[in-house]
Amino acid sequence: MKVAFWPGCVSKGACPELYVSMQKIAPTLGLELAELYEAPCTGAGVLTEQNPELAYSLNALTLAMAEREGAALMTICSTCQGVLSGAQYKLSHDEELLQRVNGTLLESGFQYGATTEVKHLLWMLVEDIGLERIRPLVKRKLTGLAVAPFYGCYILRPEEHLGLRERPERSTYLEQIIELVGATPVEYHGKSKCCGFPMLTFNRDTSLKMAGKHLLEAKNKGADVLVTPCPLCHLNLDGQQPDAEGVVKEQIGTPIFHLPQLLGLAFGFEPEELRLNRHVVSTKLALDKVELKV
Amino acid sequence: MKWTIEVGRYDRTQAPKPGTTRPYPPPYENAPAKRYQTFEVELDDQAMVLDALIAIREYQDESLAVRCACRSAICGSCGMWVNGHARLACISKLRDVAQDGKVTVESPPSMPVIRDLVADMTPFWEKNRKVKPWLENKTPVPSGEEYRVPNDAMENLIQEVSCISCGLCLMDCESYGVNPNFIGPAALAKAYRYSADPRDDKTTQRLGEYSKPDGVWDCTHCYECVSVCPKGVAPLEQILKLRRMAVEAGFTDNAGTRHAEAFADSVRDSGRLNELTLMPKSFGLFNIRAQLASLPAAFNMMRAGKLPPIIHHKIPHLERIKTIFKRLGGIK
Ligand code: SF4
Ligand code: SF4
Ligand code: FES
Repeated sequence: MKVAFWPGCVSKGACPELYVSMQKIAPTLGLELAELYEAPCTGAGVLTEQNPELAYSLNALTLAMAEREGAALMTICSTCQGVLSGAQYKLSHDEELLQRVNGTLLESGFQYGATTEVKHLLWMLVEDIGLERIRPLVKRKLTGLAVAPFYGCYILRPEEHLGLRERPERSTYLEQIIELVGATPVEYHGKSKCCGFPMLTFNRDTSLKMAGKHLLEAKNKGADVLVTPCPLCHLNLDGQQPDAEGVVKEQIGTPIFHLPQLLGLAFGFEPEELRLNRHVVSTKLALDKVELKV
Repeated sequence: MKWTIEVGRYDRTQAPKPGTTRPYPPPYENAPAKRYQTFEVELDDQAMVLDALIAIREYQDESLAVRCACRSAICGSCGMWVNGHARLACISKLRDVAQDGKVTVESPPSMPVIRDLVADMTPFWEKNRKVKPWLENKTPVPSGEEYRVPNDAMENLIQEVSCISCGLCLMDCESYGVNPNFIGPAALAKAYRYSADPRDDKTTQRLGEYSKPDGVWDCTHCYECVSVCPKGVAPLEQILKLRRMAVEAGFTDNAGTRHAEAFADSVRDSGRLNELTLMPKSFGLFNIRAQLASLPAAFNMMRAGKLPPIIHHKIPHLERIKTIFKRLGGIK
């Protein structure tokens, strides 16, 4: 299945392990990734809040590129998903806005017809590829590994933009994938809360308290590892975890996997191939549980 | 139909004193002396969570404390956690929220509690008061008349005016959950309502106040308030309008605005987000303390081989992006 692929800036910046692991598992899943090299950053919501029309225009360009590919637009970042879904929602519900935006795009050589479907890998797995087709691909069951899902905000809220009104079950897909790979999902309240990343640069203390709170809760409920569909959540939960430990004054040491890394392990790739050796919080203890080494 | 209702209860003697407790630190289990008690009730499948609670109080345990009045989402008094999310009990159908016939209700851990399901709303009202939720007029009302405002000037305020002060948004606000001083969603939505009212004469002062710490920039943009509000107030959207108004009014000397500007610059100049310059630019180049505080994390990431490439690549056909920026402006 061909998809227009938008990896997002972070998977090509501070979270290269996400990009690499996605590239590894795509052929196994039968995904042909037509990467949109010419697409701009979504603005991560920051541009939308200060200058909405600027953000809608930049994102319309990306959506138009996918439209030209004739394929759905696949993201691997909850934040990109949220911003692109929001833009798609607005552009497909507001004819005047769409016209103005197309006016802005005139010189770019692209016009947008508002038909692109934007789908995170997580949704693709369940809705387009199908769990039944993925099940036989699991070569290495991750039995005994307790995995806490961490959705983050923008793949769940606001519900209208993200299709959760029509498909409320989208808030359970991570658990379904965790079970599919033979691991045990950990239930805890923080799974749908904010990781704190949006505030990291303006209010570091509050941001790290959020990260620390959810990490501790998951750990206390028995999680060996968290899995997230969002590299920005990963930056706060993994990259900032040592500092978050300082703020909540407790040791945590719980590693965070990107969604494609969890699948990659189950498909039989080696931890290094998925760059599980390139995290701030060591993945060693979690991998020991499934008898793997980094 | 038979429903199982698990109720978080506080013994009266052990409940924290109203008005004194602040959000409990994690983990939630540390909240004082809560115990869960399970009840079974027989109700048809149209029944609400509140119907079940009233049935319990009337026929099984009259000591159960639950607050309600209108039973139709108007008074805003029956807010509580239903399966871990803030909801009005009077409009939550059992069949919509039950998992295998079971529902858990409790006072949300972010609020002090009076007893059982009755949260102490003191923080909510304190925050409301802080934003001065009243009009501050320039001139006295023209004698024998009233202030007149054009219809469309008020249309944009309708969303906030629907607020019933139920406090659900504050209960589930993630920023409030870790920072009790954050003014919070409902109060900031109200702040917008008065700032954008053409009859108000103190808009600039208001925007200055709301831009201070614990104000508009301390919202983490998590959409919880939008999601739980039963009246479509969408507090986050009102907060974002306030942020834009504050930036336009010149309140730009804060990390939030610097962050937005640095972000826009990076996208305009390379088409991508440049993580390396974003942080320092957001702190302000001379905010040495903040720069130093972020160093250990940067060092950890570098050691793990996770720092973004020093040479920041530009996307092909950057002229397209520059044109869009030229046409629509950046930030401010
Ligand atoms: S979006 Fe902001 S105000 Fe609303 S719940 Fe989240 S942090 Fe609180
Ligand atoms: S904004 Fe919505 S959730 Fe918040 S107090 Fe008002 S009605 Fe309740
Ligand atoms: S009882 Fe009045 S809002 Fe629920």
